[in-house]
Amino acid sequence: MSLSASIHAVRGTFDLNVHLTAEPGRTLVLLGPNGAGKSTVLAAIAGTVPSDGTILINGRAVSDEETARRRVGYVFQDYLLFPHLSVLENIAFGPRAQGVARPAARATAAGWLERLGIPELADRRPTQLSGGQAQRVALARALASGPELLLLDEPLAALDVEVRDDVREELARHLREWGGLTIVVTHSLDDVASLAHDVVVLENGRETQRATVRELVRSPATPYVERLVAAWRED
Amino acid sequence: MTRGSARRSFLMPALWIPAALALALLGLPLVALVVRAPWASLPDLLSRSEVIQALALSFGTASIATLVSLVLGIPLALVLARSAEWSVVPRRVLRALVTVPLVLPPVVGGVALLLLLGRRGLIGQFLPFTIPFSTSAVVIAQVFVAMPFLVLAVEGAVRASDRRFEVAAATLGASRWTVLRRVTLPLVAPGIAAGSLLCFTRALGEFGATITFAGSFPGVTQTLPIATYIELQRDPDAAIALSLLLMAASVAVLVSLRDRWVPGLTA
Repeated sequence: MSLSASIHAVRGTFDLNVHLTAEPGRTLVLLGPNGAGKSTVLAAIAGTVPSDGTILINGRAVSDEETARRRVGYVFQDYLLFPHLSVLENIAFGPRAQGVARPAARATAAGWLERLGIPELADRRPTQLSGGQAQRVALARALASGPELLLLDEPLAALDVEVRDDVREELARHLREWGGLTIVVTHSLDDVASLAHDVVVLENGRETQRATVRELVRSPATPYVERLVAAWRED
Repeated sequence: MTRGSARRSFLMPALWIPAALALALLGLPLVALVVRAPWASLPDLLSRSEVIQALALSFGTASIATLVSLVLGIPLALVLARSAEWSVVPRRVLRALVTVPLVLPPVVGGVALLLLLGRRGLIGQFLPFTIPFSTSAVVIAQVFVAMPFLVLAVEGAVRASDRRFEVAAATLGASRWTVLRRVTLPLVAPGIAAGSLLCFTRALGEFGATITFAGSFPGVTQTLPIATYIELQRDPDAAIALSLLLMAASVAVLVSLRDRWVPGLTA
């Protein structure tokens, strides 16, 4: 059970070249400034942008597979909950799309709502959710599709500052409970501190540091990480 | 600010006169129609068998034309919306083909259809059956003039919708077909509804292409607008009654589209 991904993608003058490995139960956080290529890494792993290289999920080469067959759960920065479906239908979408009959898919979805502690939201529309609720629904939707790898792109960026800490702790708990292969993209050290086991720093399309959280804070390898750590300590 | 509003108020009287004239030109004919309508004998006129026949034929053919437009037009709208990735020339040709029926005089469309599907037409000469002057010809003429309305409305809606929802659906394991059926089309449902209504009204009012390509046979090709035109020479009261009927249908569509964004037509 592991992920091994060598990703090479060129977009205009931007050149992305990274190698990532991850293990289940150890959340890998991709940290970097805006435009470093973090989201492109996730998109390449999910197969939603073209890239070269080899991506092995649990030993299965997925580089030539369509997105739908990669079994990669994706929590988008703005969640992208389907506006025409209820919360329950959003979560049941994955199982349904994979051929599960409607009643069974709805039961699965209801189970995930229970697990995430939001069963009362089942009949709401996405527009009737708070940011934190929408994030949990997005997580439930991704997990209900039975992914072998979970990708979260800036999962807290769309939230109000007041609720961010609570939602982050909640998210950390759910990721621990899920225990599968997980990659989180962020530019915030708060996210790193509560979500990460391993950190890869990405700057300008290249890995500039690979460390555990403790190592990262103790000995930043680049001016970018140094500034980030200094600012974080002041808080 | 003050200067702008001062200038505007200075311009206002000069604008009001032509604007009022324009409004009168648009509105007064309809007022005349309503005022002069033979309200007392209306039920009588509208229950005549030839009226009912034309009414049934019109609503029947316009409904079929709308269905055909949906089945063929939605795929065309999707192709058109996605053609942004193509090179310029084929994209422009495609767009021009869709737009031409909107600006072409319908009678020209009728002649063109005759030349294509008539007994000696480009394709018609090989067909074992005759299309012109049949009810199918009515439907074909209506599709020709009305489908572009649907295509453009749906295309605008598809363009305006966020394609990342489709990406999200794919990450959940949805095949392209499932994405289309359960995400793309439901998201543009308001555009499809608006486009269908516009398409239906245009088909219902179709005259020029229909009379050219399908003629005016009562019960077979004589739709409401054609019956109205013919009745005007025989029995003006009946023509007015039929006109009221067509106007009521148009107003009903206008009301149901009220405040709804029709992207393809406004963009």
